[in-house]
Amino acid sequence: MAWANNVLRVNLTEGTTSNEPLNMEWAGLYLGQRGLATKYLAEEIDPKCDALGSGNKLIMTTGPLTGTMASTGGRYSVVTKSPLTGAVACSNSGGFIGAELKAAGYDMIIFEGKSPRPVYLYVENDKVEIAPADEIWGQSVWAADEWLHKKYQDPLLRIAAVGRAAEKGCLYAAVVNDLHRAAGRSGVGTVMASKNLKAVAVRGTKGVGNIKDPGAFMQAVNAGKKVLAENAVTGQGLPTYGTQVLMNVINEVGAMPTRNMREVQFEGASKISAEAMHEPRESDGKPNLVTNAGCFGCTIACGRISTIDRGHFSIENKPQYWGASGGLEYEAAWALGSDTGVDDIDALTYANFICNEDGIDPISFGATVAAAMELYQIGAITKEQTGGVELKFGSAEALAWATEVTCRGEGFGLDLGMGSKRLCEKYGHPDLSMTVKGQEFPAYDPRGIQGMGLTYATSNRGACHLRSYTVSSEVMGVPEKTDPLVTEGKPELVKAFQDATSIVDSSGLCVFTTFAWTLEDIAPQVAAACGGDWTAESMLEAGERIWNLEREFNLAAGLTAADDTLPKRLLTEPAQTGPAKGNVNRLHEMLPKYYEVRGWNEQGVPTDETRQRLSL
Amino acid sequence: MLRALQIEPEKCTGCLQCELACSYQAEGVFNPAKSRIKVFTFHDEGRFIPYTCTQCSEAWCMHACPVEAIVLNEETGSKDVLADVCVGCKVCTIACPFGTVNYNQDTKVVYKCDLCGGDPECAKACPTAAITYVDADHTGLARMRAHAAASAN
Ligand code: SF4
Ligand code: SF4
Repeated sequence: MAWANNVLRVNLTEGTTSNEPLNMEWAGLYLGQRGLATKYLAEEIDPKCDALGSGNKLIMTTGPLTGTMASTGGRYSVVTKSPLTGAVACSNSGGFIGAELKAAGYDMIIFEGKSPRPVYLYVENDKVEIAPADEIWGQSVWAADEWLHKKYQDPLLRIAAVGRAAEKGCLYAAVVNDLHRAAGRSGVGTVMASKNLKAVAVRGTKGVGNIKDPGAFMQAVNAGKKVLAENAVTGQGLPTYGTQVLMNVINEVGAMPTRNMREVQFEGASKISAEAMHEPRESDGKPNLVTNAGCFGCTIACGRISTIDRGHFSIENKPQYWGASGGLEYEAAWALGSDTGVDDIDALTYANFICNEDGIDPISFGATVAAAMELYQIGAITKEQTGGVELKFGSAEALAWATEVTCRGEGFGLDLGMGSKRLCEKYGHPDLSMTVKGQEFPAYDPRGIQGMGLTYATSNRGACHLRSYTVSSEVMGVPEKTDPLVTEGKPELVKAFQDATSIVDSSGLCVFTTFAWTLEDIAPQVAAACGGDWTAESMLEAGERIWNLEREFNLAAGLTAADDTLPKRLLTEPAQTGPAKGNVNRLHEMLPKYYEVRGWNEQGVPTDETRQRLSL
Repeated sequence: MLRALQIEPEKCTGCLQCELACSYQAEGVFNPAKSRIKVFTFHDEGRFIPYTCTQCSEAWCMHACPVEAIVLNEETGSKDVLADVCVGCKVCTIACPFGTVNYNQDTKVVYKCDLCGGDPECAKACPTAAITYVDADHTGLARMRAHAAASAN
């Protein structure tokens, strides 16, 4: 019934593996992936545990539609307790390894304990092996990928790995799969490395066959594909421009955080935009963008495959970077570009390449560099710390250097690897950290898009756009247009987006489908694949259940309502330009109402009635 | 009219919808490992290239088979494997210069593209029209048209 009904448990301390059936009662309540794995995590670990200690677990999980022909049905998530935020972490990735894991016959892998020495996990259908990783420990993700492909002589092996940054304790290290797709946020890669687990290599040849109602499924899949193809965003915008389609749009709205969120518009936006990626460059007449690419089963194909100008200072003498690889997404272009004031598209592409090569989250990284640049500007960080580098806003050279040292975990890169919150605390200016719950902001300034302020403040994994993308409504008018500068109605809007996204993230599908799909498009696919009575309503309710489950984990971990807030800058320093000029984020107008519509008390704790209603 | 698969790699995004549709049609599972069409990724060049049997007229596989398990489908022009006749000797997999006939260790016979009996699922599944099923005499038409348009400018 779409689930493989099989969990692989890997005890890294003992070096043993075992199989067990999936808890189908929980699957009925939490569906799969984000929801279901969070349930396992919440039941199995102490929420107060040290995220980097052996008591934490790391779950690599698929959804019921992962590995099927449902468009974008190739997603997986990494669920664990985050070392960056101390909250629950769930980072979602596309590429191909999720579907491969499902095709090998598993819904999820639960990693427990900590290996006494570096290892990787090899999975070939029923054959599972924990093998020594000494030869790739200390190497990048790309080097590990190459080594494993060579070792097994299998070009179709799918690999997820952590790089040097994770090994060196960078708190926002990613798990990178298929070379340039990543479970990027909240330091899930750091947890993986803390377990001495370097990589997971999977080959699955069983496929996914147990569809409950194949006829109804193919009908729903084809109808869904048609909706995606005919929608302007998923059918044209994303394939042509990728998520970078947003760069100029958000800049015009005046919600483009710039230079550590001091400003809300970036004068260099057009130079690092999607349009710029299509522009032939002077040197060789080729554009930055080579082609678009899809993840497994995806009929949108937003992925960017890019090259860097070979004459650019960053790669002049480095032929290993002359080929094509994963190019700029909007979030990376913003964090590495606008937030640091750098408008050199080749420098950003280079930084992006090596964020993938060594596995760090470009959002948290870029935002941390931005904070460091502000600290440098006010003299709190000097050349003494940077080893002579001028860490100035707008410096492409400084950005390239910062990326290299952070990815390798060298010198000042170790400071940058702590993330913006700890960096700003260390250098005496905690207010300059643009974070919520310790996680850095993504690319939408909440002074210009009010709902995003509430989104960030209440996100269960710290500042994040993927927990409730109200930009859809407030800027793009999907499903209906709301005024970005108004706070009224936003608590309800944020709740609706949070609940819907929670269940989409639990299905195996990509959240980008929701530019075109509502739960009415998704539910028939889930119902036909899984059986049971999954409808738009029951999915939304399961989404709400998942949101509350995550909230309860965080409360048990020690977070409180006091953590549902924003940095002072966004609450007190008004936007200086653009349509949002004069605005701060008016979180106080939204938060109490949000608790109310959530069925939480004034301390942000779900009431008994809410818990009962959601069968928590 | 005989039709043939026309593949335009420059349109391909590497999404594998074609492999999923193929394996589902032929084997009843979503399983790229069992697909008759394969999409190859040339990572450093940023290229995705779908590849499958071109249904040769004088098919090497068909001529090589010692038990006549590969036969011509008169209606579609495809060369089809008769699974109950095939003895799994794999001579055809050696004879085919393109590698598009392969052995299945589970069924112990070979498998190849049979154009789904004249309604190929890969072409229907492809979201970018990188695979189309067109007049066999004119698989070059789209490319001719593109070049004609270019020379007109
Ligand atoms: S929309 Fe983009 S990220 Fe989502 S599955 Fe498709 S290619 Fe991957
Ligand atoms: S379905 Fe089309 S775009 Fe997708 S991999 Fe196959 S040929 Fe390429």
